[in-house]
Amino acid sequence: MSLHATHRDAGQVTVVDLSGRIVLGDGSALLRKTIRGLLDDQRKLILLNLADVDYIDSSGIGELVSGYTAVKNQSGDLKLLHLTKKVRDLLQITKLYTVFDVFTDESTALRSFV
Amino acid sequence: MASDTKHLEMTLETLVESVNLAEEMCLRVAEAAGFGEDDCYRIGMSVREGVINAFHYGNEERPDKKIHLAVDLTADKMIIHVLDEGAGFKLSDVPDPLAEENLLSTSGRGIFLMRAFMDEFTVVSGRTGGAEIVMSKKLPAPGSASPNGQSGKSATPRQEA
Repeated sequence: MSLHATHRDAGQVTVVDLSGRIVLGDGSALLRKTIRGLLDDQRKLILLNLADVDYIDSSGIGELVSGYTAVKNQSGDLKLLHLTKKVRDLLQITKLYTVFDVFTDESTALRSFV
Repeated sequence: MASDTKHLEMTLETLVESVNLAEEMCLRVAEAAGFGEDDCYRIGMSVREGVINAFHYGNEERPDKKIHLAVDLTADKMIIHVLDEGAGFKLSDVPDPLAEENLLSTSGRGIFLMRAFMDEFTVVSGRTGGAEIVMSKKLPAPGSASPNGQSGKSATPRQEA
């Protein structure tokens, strides 16, 4: 299943709803393009909704980190919402759970950007 | 090779598509061998990472080079070999992705994931001169897979904090 991404504005924050697999190839490329596009539009507060992402490989992890760094470098913030068990486990064993702010509730996540 | 060992091998092009192909092939073998859903996930992910490693680092994405994948199913484990046609590498040279200074690195987690997800993992010098990843997972005991497919280890990946 390839990756699909749509985004919606919630005040200053842009919520990106992702579904599918973030893996080497088109999935990682789409995530990169989406984040870079938002930064180009000066949307620097980004919440990635991963509720429908059930698979991420090392390339996808690299793309998440790359996006996080790119947003931070522009004084923005990138946070994660609704991790599936597999993705949460993956972020835990790679210690990235300590890097990203992770939320289970969208309204709480949105308030955290203020 | 023992007579009860089943052996499969395929030669893959150095293409992104080969990563999915290898994963799908090994998942079919793992499912047929009786591995549960969680172990299949771990095996599939490890094969992906092995082939990504061969594609990107070993063969440097050069289409004139091949990736050699082999699977042995013995009486007690599934053994996967991923061989590239690159210059080879030493495991000791691979940076620790959990080190504080590497946490924000955008690459270098594939070897770590294979080690975490498989029971045995090593890298040897292959017949092509490239690196050969050899990794295995113990077969589940007959009847041990749960309805959701979990067998053997806990569903939560091994933590190496």
